Amino acid sequence: MPGSTRAFITNNLRAPILFRPGSALDFISSRPLGGAGAIIIVLMIAAALLANFFAPYDPLANNYGAMFEAPGVHHWLGTDSFGRDVLSRILYGSRTALWVGFCSSLFGTSIGALIGVSCAYFGGKADLFMQRLMDILLSFPLIVLALVVVAVSGSGLWNVILAITIPMIPRAALVVRSSALALRQMLFVEAALTLGSSHWRVISRHMLPNVMAPYLIMLTAFLGQAILLEASLSFLGLGVAEPTAAWGLMLRGAAVEFAERAPWMALFPGLAISLAVFAFNVFGDSLRDALDPKLRLP
Amino acid sequence: MRQYVLKRLLLMIPTLFGVALLVFFLLRVAPGDIVELKYAGSGTFAPKEALDRERKQLGLDKPLAYQFVSWIAGIARFDFGDSMWTGRPIIEEIKIRLELSLQLAVMATVVAMLLAVPLGTLAALKQDTWVDYAVRIFSIAGLAMPSFWLGIVIILGFLIVFKWMPPLTFTSFWTDPRANLAQLIWPALAVGYRYSAMATRMTRSAVLEVLREDYVRTARAKGLWERAVVLKHALSNALLPIVTVIGLEFAFLLGGLVVTEQVFNLNGIGMLFVESITHRDYTMTQALVLLVSFAFIFMNFMVDLLYAWLDPRIHYQ
Repeated sequence: MPGSTRAFITNNLRAPILFRPGSALDFISSRPLGGAGAIIIVLMIAAALLANFFAPYDPLANNYGAMFEAPGVHHWLGTDSFGRDVLSRILYGSRTALWVGFCSSLFGTSIGALIGVSCAYFGGKADLFMQRLMDILLSFPLIVLALVVVAVSGSGLWNVILAITIPMIPRAALVVRSSALALRQMLFVEAALTLGSSHWRVISRHMLPNVMAPYLIMLTAFLGQAILLEASLSFLGLGVAEPTAAWGLMLRGAAVEFAERAPWMALFPGLAISLAVFAFNVFGDSLRDALDPKLRLP
Repeated sequence: MRQYVLKRLLLMIPTLFGVALLVFFLLRVAPGDIVELKYAGSGTFAPKEALDRERKQLGLDKPLAYQFVSWIAGIARFDFGDSMWTGRPIIEEIKIRLELSLQLAVMATVVAMLLAVPLGTLAALKQDTWVDYAVRIFSIAGLAMPSFWLGIVIILGFLIVFKWMPPLTFTSFWTDPRANLAQLIWPALAVGYRYSAMATRMTRSAVLEVLREDYVRTARAKGLWERAVVLKHALSNALLPIVTVIGLEFAFLLGGLVVTEQVFNLNGIGMLFVESITHRDYTMTQALVLLVSFAFIFMNFMVDLLYAWLDPRIHYQ
């Protein structure tokens, strides 16, 4: 990375506290809510990675001898209409939620950032055309666009990731483009061009590293939304398919039908969704305050 | 002003055309179509001729460009065609469900406003006290809880505590307002609470900002009633950002409706939309996407107009 770019980053992103050693502790102590979110996220990732150690039962194993069992010693959070252990399914469900969440917000933000930066860099007709296209995509509410993509691609894990990625792209592109427009006028971009750098080199080495702050903010802000969207799609029966353990799916069908007889089936997966979305939201908010207090997300 | 309104309305047409183009071709890229799905559902083996006959009847055998042009030509005459699944005119299918969804949307917005404006103002007035923290936690929780789960919890609460369930059949407001409200208030609460969360936060920060203005200090200094200071001076000036958020989060409302209608078994637009996607009912999905996008764009436009009305300093050229 050329010296000027690094200087720009250190001068202009005043609080990249996450990248300093010992900064994680600073972050938690100075922003208790965001810190709580971060701790929940770490615990969730641990639960997802180690689900096969923690989960007391096989999340897919039917046990018709133990249907609708209330929470107790054997099944801490009870069992569902197939006798499957709710706790095990929630633990394994965190894998689905986090995998879909991370993949779709990573892809969505990255593609969006690339589009946004390229638009700002090239400008002119190409920019205008892309802006119109983004406008069209933005005139779909989030869930509607996701549903249309599902209608095209079908359900299933990767199709859900695609369905959540696509609505994220124009939103990320919009925010990143507005930050990148100022960069385009910077002296170091002009210098790089004068030195004969290719378009791709200027975009990838000089401009993209400088939109890291909005990029990271968008990434964390989307995570919570992505998890919620996955749960909604699965709940509608258009997301991940049975018998995969997914929180939204656990709330579908039997959970509502037998709500009176087995309320735990409906309560705990919803709590898991809320906790996860809460954690990512407050963490994202704190990150935004720390990195760029002025940025307003669409 | 009139010119501005006209220009904005005309600008909607290319955007909506883009939406129509995108949806039309996206849906047709997908492998498999409604005809295959219909036969797969019936479980019988269908000869290729039967499938082709059905496709011909639905006009699916024509070239894509022809299908698109005739569809757009129909829309220009407000003829959205027939549903490919039920065979009934789309306008009628939408018409019988629109009343319910519109009423739900309005009620949810009212719930959101009734929650957001007083709570946000209260939090701002009592900044950094336990009231403020309670309101903030309430709104953060609202953002995190999926509205369909909130709906399930509401139903569950009624079932367990009162052994009562919100009625499952829809009664129009005009025939029996009480039965109608008894049914729709719960989904409206579930959607409205989530919808209110952003607006509460916005109200709080907007009121906080206005309270620091000189004119508020002047109003207090001249001994004005605190209530008048808050209501007339602070709140009316904080209205602009609040309106923005309510308008911008309109998408939240739509998303909430799609899932909440499932929970409460309400046969509205959201339910129709999900059904049309499961059935690969192209014509219906297209019409509904166009309708929703139009509502969304139109809402943004209305917010812009409301700006000019609320703040006389804003003029549109």
